Order: sequence, then structure tokens, then C-alpha cells
Amino acid sequence: MAERAAVGSVRAGLERLGAAVTARILRLGFASRFFAYMLLHSGVALRRFALTVREIYFAGVLSLIIILVSGLFVGMVLGLQGYETLQRYGSSEALGILVALSLVRELGPVVAGLLFASRAGSAITAEIGLMKATEQIAAMEMMAVDPIARVVAPRFWAGVISMPLLAALFSAMGIFGGWLVGVQLIGVDEGAFWSQMQASVDFREDVLNGVIKSVVFGVAVSWIAVFEGYDAPPTAEGVSRATTRTVVTSSLAILALDFVLTAFMFTGGNAR
Amino acid sequence: MAGLAPIVEIENVSFGYDPARLALDRVSVSIPRGAVVAIMGQSGCGKTTLLRMIAGWLRPSAGSVRVLGRDLAGLGDAEIFALRRRMGMLFQFGALFTDMTAFENVAFQMREHTDLPEALIHDLAMLKLEAVGLRGAAHRMPGELSGGMARRVALARAIALDPELMLYDEPFTGLDPISLGVIARLIRQLNDSLGQTSIVVSHDVAECFDLVDYVYMMSPGRVVAHGTPAALRRSDHPFVRQFVAGEIDGPIPFHYPAPRWGADLGLEAADG
Repeated sequence: MAERAAVGSVRAGLERLGAAVTARILRLGFASRFFAYMLLHSGVALRRFALTVREIYFAGVLSLIIILVSGLFVGMVLGLQGYETLQRYGSSEALGILVALSLVRELGPVVAGLLFASRAGSAITAEIGLMKATEQIAAMEMMAVDPIARVVAPRFWAGVISMPLLAALFSAMGIFGGWLVGVQLIGVDEGAFWSQMQASVDFREDVLNGVIKSVVFGVAVSWIAVFEGYDAPPTAEGVSRATTRTVVTSSLAILALDFVLTAFMFTGGNAR
Repeated sequence: MAGLAPIVEIENVSFGYDPARLALDRVSVSIPRGAVVAIMGQSGCGKTTLLRMIAGWLRPSAGSVRVLGRDLAGLGDAEIFALRRRMGMLFQFGALFTDMTAFENVAFQMREHTDLPEALIHDLAMLKLEAVGLRGAAHRMPGELSGGMARRVALARAIALDPELMLYDEPFTGLDPISLGVIARLIRQLNDSLGQTSIVVSHDVAECFDLVDYVYMMSPGRVVAHGTPAALRRSDHPFVRQFVAGEIDGPIPFHYPAPRWGADLGLEAADG
């Protein structure tokens, strides 16, 4: 009797696990079909580019403050910490390289991506979710306008375009912050700071790879944000959950993708 | 008008969101051209489902739906969209696009579906707003409009492309008596002056009976009675009498089915 109960509960547990896994896979499949449909119906967003520009304003321009201020502080902290470590080995003039490489390769795309997900991604999800909850999406369908082409695709492309620009600005501000602390405050030699940076940061190896990363993060965050919004149950609770999921899922996606991309970009045969 | 083919013809339609419980059970409805017809019943009786079926959102699992001379069963998405351009729909709470002014809401379909010059679109949209008495509020955002005004702007948006068939989903819900009277008068006036046909889904007996030419009464999933308002007022059908008079108890019981009192209070075993 007890054995049968134990077998039963193990079985119920396995069934629950299986159901959860299948539900997730189904959702991933649904998200992929949504992605493909959106790409196929991006004509309006690209042809009537004003629609996308408007969304670039909301997703990109309005994220500028948080990106620029964060970039500045991250760069300043890099200046302090980097100097602290480098001067132990008597190579404090390499501070410029350290600041620039950490920002351009990693911190720029990753931190800007995380900030973008929480500032713009959540806003996109909430906006689309609320449009759905207030029947605006249905009204658009009723007016024979495809909401994926008219509402979703412009927001997606705006995110994809904004993200690399924001990451670049983040890195630039960070380097400025590093210079501010390293050169102006601590007194590292300014000539060494800039010339070493120029000599060691490679455009293709470092800058371009960083840009590729930020584009990939832009696609991931924007896709997650528009999908979660479009898929949100049309209730207050549904929209709030979807918004949370956007931030959590995109942050995890950024960190995981960053690891994969770094493994491809910066390890094999990169001896210089 | 009797000689013309009906503009909407629904024959023996069944539909269920969940196969075990039919939301519509062999429903037949015929809407003659030029009439204002109400579909009435309690909340959740399937009337909105029926409206969504006419708009081509839902496909019946049995029976046929003919709208504007086309059988919806054989139509693809593009054809449904083409058909919807000949329909207008007023949503329960208006569903105005919250990021556009009243004017832009009304102009939306003209901009999406026509190549008319902006000056002409301006004049046309202003005409529609004038028809609902809100030309003066053209440049207000939806958030700055009262509930009744928002509903009227939504009505102006729904008639933007001069639809032949108007669908009203609970147009009177949540309005003060003055706004309610205004909306009711507009429905009649637009219908008669623009040569439309209108379907009003509502549970507001007093307002509907004064407004419409013909009424279909639904009780969970089925059409239980139909006739002119005068005929239904005289009807001795028990459901119609309960609904029209708003009596608490009748064929629709006051008590939702529940286990016996004693069981819920723990005075006796649940299975008796």
C-alpha cells in the first residue's frame, strides 16, 4: 500500500516535470513562430521608417540618461580599481588598456544590455500588454491593420537599432570616466594612458566584436520584450508578470549569450 | 427592405472555447439590411462570441456564417481583412489608441488604408468628429476625454471608412444617462443617414428596446426568443419576462448551483 503511494507520488512528480518542460518547449516554439512572422511582416516598419524612429525615441533616446550616467560611474570605478591593482606591478600606465578593453569587449555591451532590458524592454512589454488588455490590439485587427506589422515590428527594430548605439555610448562614457579618475584625479601619465590604449585596442578584434555582441543582445532583448507583451494575459496581473518575465529572461539571456559569444570571439588563436 | 438578402446570416452555428461546454449551441440569426438589431442576454451568454464570429475572429465548429454576401468558412486572413474594411466596430470601452490624439485615432484607418493626401484626410476626419459632436476635442489625448466622449470618438473612428455593417459591443456600459442617450441617438442616426446596418450587443433592456428594430434574446448558448421590442414586451416566455422585467428569480435562478447548505457548514458529510 505504502509502496503504491510512493510510486504514485513519484509518477505524479515526473508528470508535473514533464508537463512543465513541454509547456516551455511549446512556448519557445510559439515565440519562434512569432519571431519569424514578425520578420516577414517588417515591411511596414522599414518602409514607413517614421514609425520606427518614433519607437527609437522611446526605447533609445529616453534610455540615454541611465546609460550615460551608469557608463560614467562604471568607468570611474574601473579607473580606481584598475589603478589599485596595476600599480602593485608597477604598470599603472596600462590603465588605459584595462579600462578600454573591459568596456569595449564586455562591460559596454553587457551592462548596457542589462540596463536596456530593464529600462526599455520592460516598457515595451508593458505597453504592448496594456494595448492588448484595453482591446487596442483587437481594435486594430478589426480595422484590418495587422498589429504585428504596425505595433510590434517597429518596436522590435527600434530596439535592435538602439542597443548597439547605447552600448557604444556606454563604452565612450566609461572611458571618459576612467580618464577622469585615472589621469585627472590619480595622476597617471596622460600620454601613456591614451597611446597605450590606441596601440592595444584592435578595431576588428575588440571594437567590432563588442558591436556584434550588442547587436545580438539587442535582438534578444527586443524579441523577448515584444513577445512577452503580445503573449501577456490581458489582465493587470498578466501584464505585470509579463513585465517581470521580460527583465528576468532578457537578463539571463544576455549573460548566457555573452558567455557563448566570448568563447567564440576571444579565446582561440587570439595571441597578439 | 424585405426583398433584399440579409446582410448577416448565421445558420445553426455551434462553437465552444472548450469542447465540453458549448458557448453557442445551434444558433441561427438573420440580420436584414438597413436594420438596427440587438442581441441581448445576460453576461456570458455567448452574445460577444457571436459578434466576434461575425467579425471573423472565431470560426464556428459547425454551421455557416455569411457576412456581406461572403461565407466566412472559406476565407483566408487576407480576405477576412478585406471584409473587415467594410465593417466598423465600437468596443466596450472604446479601445482608443492611447498614444494618439482623438483626431489621429479617427484618421488612423484613412492613413493605413488609403493614399489620400493629408489635407483631405484632415477634412474627412474632422467631418467624422463633427458627426459625433467632438470636432472641438480633436486634439485631445484619450486620457483627457470623459468616458462618454471617448466612446463617441471611438464611434467616429469606427465609421471613418463608411462601413456598411456596424458592430456595437456593449455600447452603453458604464455611461452616465446623458452620454448614454447621446450614444443611442447616434447609433440610430448614423444607421439611417449613412445606410448602415447595425448589430448592438447589450444587456441594457430599456435603452435597447427604444432603439432597435428587432431583438434576439440569448440564454446561455442559445437563441431563446426573437421579435420586435413590442412583441417581446408582450411575450409570455418565462426567460424573456424575467429578463425584460429584471426579476431576481425565474428560469435563471438567483442561487448558483451549490452543494447542500448543511455540507458547506460542515454539519453533514459532503456526499450526504
